[in-house]
Amino acid sequence: MTSLAMQRRRATARRVLTQFRNSRPGVIGFAVLLVFVIVALAAPLLADVRELNPVFARAQGNPQWAAPGTFGVLGTDHLRRSVWVQFVWGSRVSLFVGLAATVLTISIGSVVGIISGFVGGRIDSVLMRITEWFLVIPFLPLAIVLASILGRNVWNIILVIGVTSWPSTARLLRAQVLTVKQRLFVDRSRSLGAGNAHLVARHILPNVSGLILANATLAVPISILTETTLSFLGLGDPSSASWGKTLEEAFVNGAMVRNAWWYFLPAGVGILAVVLAFTLIGRTLEEIADPRLGQAR
Amino acid sequence: MLTTEQPESRGRTRFILKKMLGSLLTLVFVLVFNFVLFRIVQSDPIGSLFRGRNVPAAKIADLRTAFGLDESLWVQFWAYVRQTFQLNFGISYQSRQPVWNEIVSAIPATVALVGISAVLSALIGTVGGVIAAWRRNTWKDHAITSGTMVFYSMPDFWLGMILLVGFAVVLGWFPVGGMTDAGTSATGVALLLDRIHHIFLPALTLTLAYLGEYALVTRSSLLDVMGEDYLTVARAKGLRDVVVRNKHAVPNALLPVVTLTAINFGFVLSGAIAVEAVFSWPGLGKATADAIRGPDLPMLQGLFLLFSAAVIFFNLLADIAYAWLDPRVEGA
Repeated sequence: MTSLAMQRRRATARRVLTQFRNSRPGVIGFAVLLVFVIVALAAPLLADVRELNPVFARAQGNPQWAAPGTFGVLGTDHLRRSVWVQFVWGSRVSLFVGLAATVLTISIGSVVGIISGFVGGRIDSVLMRITEWFLVIPFLPLAIVLASILGRNVWNIILVIGVTSWPSTARLLRAQVLTVKQRLFVDRSRSLGAGNAHLVARHILPNVSGLILANATLAVPISILTETTLSFLGLGDPSSASWGKTLEEAFVNGAMVRNAWWYFLPAGVGILAVVLAFTLIGRTLEEIADPRLGQAR
Repeated sequence: MLTTEQPESRGRTRFILKKMLGSLLTLVFVLVFNFVLFRIVQSDPIGSLFRGRNVPAAKIADLRTAFGLDESLWVQFWAYVRQTFQLNFGISYQSRQPVWNEIVSAIPATVALVGISAVLSALIGTVGGVIAAWRRNTWKDHAITSGTMVFYSMPDFWLGMILLVGFAVVLGWFPVGGMTDAGTSATGVALLLDRIHHIFLPALTLTLAYLGEYALVTRSSLLDVMGEDYLTVARAKGLRDVVVRNKHAVPNALLPVVTLTAINFGFVLSGAIAVEAVFSWPGLGKATADAIRGPDLPMLQGLFLLFSAAVIFFNLLADIAYAWLDPRVEGA
C-alpha cells in the first residue's frame, strides 16, 4: 500500500473518531457498553462463581427468596443463589453469545453479499434467490426448530443465530458493492491489470468496511435478543447461565407470582442497557458512514 | 385512452404473476427445507420420544413402522408432500392428537391477540412517527423517539413479565393468564367482557413492543419527504400546516409503512411465542413453547410450516399492494 493511501485512511479514521465523539447518543452508548464489558471481564473479581452452584449456596447458609437488602445486593432465588452473582456471570454469556453470533452473521452475510455483487451474473441470481428464501422463513421459529434439533449448548445457539440472520446483511452489502464496482478507480485498476482478488481486497473491501462495521453493531442487539428468547423458551445452555436463562428460571419457578421482582428485573435491565448501547453506537456509525441519514434522523 | 391503459395493466398483471410464481417456488423450498431439517438432521425421532427410557425393541420397531421411518428417503419425502397437501401433519407426540387439529384449535386465540396488537401498534406507531417527524427536534420528537426505542430494545416477554407482576399480581386489576376465567359459564356480553379482561395485558405488551418499528420507519420516511418541492408549493398556496401534513406529506411517506405492515402481518402467527407463554395465552405461540419442552417434533414441524406459509402469503400481498400503490414498480 502506498503511503498516500495510508495517510488518507488514517485521516478518515481520525474524522470518524471526531464525529463519533461529537455525537451524544454515540458517546452515551459507548460509555454504557464499556461498563458492561468491564463487568463481564472482571466477573471473577466481582462475584464468586461457586455461588452459582445450589449445593454451595445451601452450604453457605443462604436464605431462600431473600429480598435485596436482607441478603446481598440483589437478594437470592429459589435455590438460595445470589442474584447478583447470576447477573455478573450472565453478562459474560450474553455478551459473548451476542458478539460471536454477530461475527458469524456478518461473515456469512459479507461473503455472500460481496460475491453476489462483485461477480454478478448467474451466481448472483442463485445467491440472491437463496437469500430471499432465508428472508421469508420466519426467523425465530427457524431458530427454535434448529436449536431443538441441534441440542442445548452455547455453540449451537451461536450457530443457529448466525445461520438464521445473515440475509439482510448480504442484501445490504450486495447493493453497496454494486455501486462501488461502478466507480472509476475500479475500472482504472482493472485496466492496469489488477485481478479479482486484488480488486476485492484493495478497492471493494475498504469501501464497504464502514458499512460492515455499522451493520455489525446493529446486528448485535438482534443476536442478544434472540439468545435471550431462545434461552427463555428453554433452549439455552443449562451449564452456562445467560441473562435469558435467568429470566427462564425466574419464570418457571414462580418468581412472578411471589412478586420476587429482584429475580427477573436485573437480567432484563442488563439486556435492555446493552441492546440500547449497541443500537445507539450503530446508528451513530451509520450516520457517519452515510451523512444523508444524519439529516433524515 | 385505451391504448395507453392496456400495456400498463398488462405489465401489472405480469408483475403479479411473476411474484406469484416466486412465492410458489419459495413454498416448495420451505417444504424441502422442512423435510430435510426434520428427517435427516433428526436421525432418531423414536429415541427422542422416549428420551433414553428403557423401551422394548419390538415396540420401537412398531413405532418406526407406524411413523413410516423404515422407508427410503424419496418415499418418505413423497409421502410427506402428499400428506402436507392433505393437511396431515402427523400425530403430536405429546397430546396424541392429529397435529393439524391441535394447530387449528390454537389459531383463533393467536389471530385475536396478535391481530389486535398489530393493528393498534401500526396505528399508534404511525401517528407517533408523524408527530415526531413534523415536530422534529422538539421535546415531543425526543420523547417519542427515545420512548419507542426503549420498548424496541427490551425482550417483549420481559415487558410482559413486568406488566403481569405489576397489574395482575400486585394490583390485581387483571387475571394472571389464560383466555377466560377458569370454569366460567358466562355467555354473550359477559363472556366478551371476560375475554377483553384477559386479552388486555398481553395485547398491551405486544402493542408496546411493536410500536417502535412503525414510529421509526414512519418518522424517517416522512423526514425524507419533507424536503420535497411539492410541500413548499403546497405551503406557498397558503394551505394550513395540518392540510399540508395530512394531504400532501403523509400519503407520500406511507409507502414503506404499508410494506412494513404487510410483512409484519405475515409474522403475526409466529410473532408472540414467548409473550403467549408468559400469559398462558392458548394460541400458536404457547403451542410452540410447549412443543419445545418435549420436544414434540411433529408439532414443531407443522407449526414451522404454517408460520412460513403465512409469511410467504403476506409478502405476496405486500408486493401486490405495492404494485397497486406505486406505478413505478412495474418496471421491476
